[in-house]
Amino acid sequence: MKREYDIIVVGAGPAGSMAARFAAELGVSVLMLEKDRDVGYPVRCGEAISKAGVEEFIDSDERWIRAHITKFCFIAPDESEVSLQFDTKQEGYVLERRIFDYELARTAADAGAEILTRAYVNGLIFDDDKVSGVKYVYQSEQKELKAKIVIAADGVESRVGRWAGLKTHIDFRDMECCTQITAANIQIDQNTLYFYFGKDVSPQGYFWIFPKGNNVANIGLGVSGMIGKKRSAQSFLNSFMDKHYPNAPILTTIAGGVPSAVTLDKISAPGIALVGDAARQVNPLSGGGIASGMIGGSIAGRIAAEAVKRNRLDHLLTYDKAWNDRLGKRHVIFNGIKEGIFNFSDEKFNKIANAVIKIPYEKRTLGKVFTTALINQPSLLVDVAKVFIV
Amino acid sequence: MIEILPDKCDFCGCCVGVCPEDAIELKEAEISIIDERCTNCSKCIWSCPIEVIVFNKEGILIDQFKSVKSV
Repeated sequence: MKREYDIIVVGAGPAGSMAARFAAELGVSVLMLEKDRDVGYPVRCGEAISKAGVEEFIDSDERWIRAHITKFCFIAPDESEVSLQFDTKQEGYVLERRIFDYELARTAADAGAEILTRAYVNGLIFDDDKVSGVKYVYQSEQKELKAKIVIAADGVESRVGRWAGLKTHIDFRDMECCTQITAANIQIDQNTLYFYFGKDVSPQGYFWIFPKGNNVANIGLGVSGMIGKKRSAQSFLNSFMDKHYPNAPILTTIAGGVPSAVTLDKISAPGIALVGDAARQVNPLSGGGIASGMIGGSIAGRIAAEAVKRNRLDHLLTYDKAWNDRLGKRHVIFNGIKEGIFNFSDEKFNKIANAVIKIPYEKRTLGKVFTTALINQPSLLVDVAKVFIV
Repeated sequence: MIEILPDKCDFCGCCVGVCPEDAIELKEAEISIIDERCTNCSKCIWSCPIEVIVFNKEGILIDQFKSVKSV
């Protein structure tokens, strides 16, 4: 280990690994610190992603692809099912993230980044008002390490940014509180993602069943913290499993949180940039955060390295605009749609599903389904219009 | 006072993300509330997916639905 680094990345998830890799590729010194024992574990994620989202960063590899997805199935509260097929060019994957994340970190290492696990960052060091390194605990010893730039990829908790004065805490209504399991003997189509909606299943969120091959599935749900006031995510999961799969053997059980909101107002400050869940870069409509986190990480890593190489550290502050132009602005629109859907009653979901079912299967495209949903739910149109106008 | 049941916690970080006071410390499998910062706002309780955050009222642990978890 060096005594000082150009860039220190806190957290070795997909966003952190891409920040480390894109910075290291430009030839600056990079250290990535991970608080857990393992990169990629535990997995708090539905693990679905588009092939395009993956291949922007890493070639597809069957070692970490558990299912190839060419179909969505939406299940309304009255149990009517709406299926949507897409062609293989738009294929998606269900990942084995414990291997996928590990491979992403390896690509960062290949680019020259150093990685240290079980290193718990618990503070920042400052030079005047500029972040100039981290405090961390390693093997019970409190240590400090200087860096020109710190990239915070510390996930849903997002404490590192707070220590730098950024407002990172998320409104509890925007937190999707999740519980999930991987279960065996789940007889579903192995190329379809299943989404359930409704107040008894997953109000202000959705319930998912994603295949992982050999009839193993990633099953879980998220509900807004607003719902959690009255009933926990775990209670919804238990009811669903009792009803649909009472005897399924359960291989893993885990909780997690998905910050489902627009990106933070500020994701950089002197000497620091935030990426991934820590920056609230999750797609607020789908809750997907792997691809958007990798994009955020790659942009921040590149800009941070450029700032170091040009000896112009204020260049880091251009990261906010670069992110907003690439995805941030689109997330504002998605968030508006999410808020419209949040208020749907079960009757509205049923009505939409029954209207979409009338579109011949071969003519169903995502655009057509969405248009039908809008016609049957004019108030949603107002929500969508509002976000486009503002 | 708010308390996290350490044996039941899954260390997922939901509560940390919603805490307005940065009053929760989470390591790999260790979690604690920094009492001096906690204002008992309850947002962590509502956001916990698995109901492991409770009120400690004079040694009696009760959940948000007022049922007693342990004495």
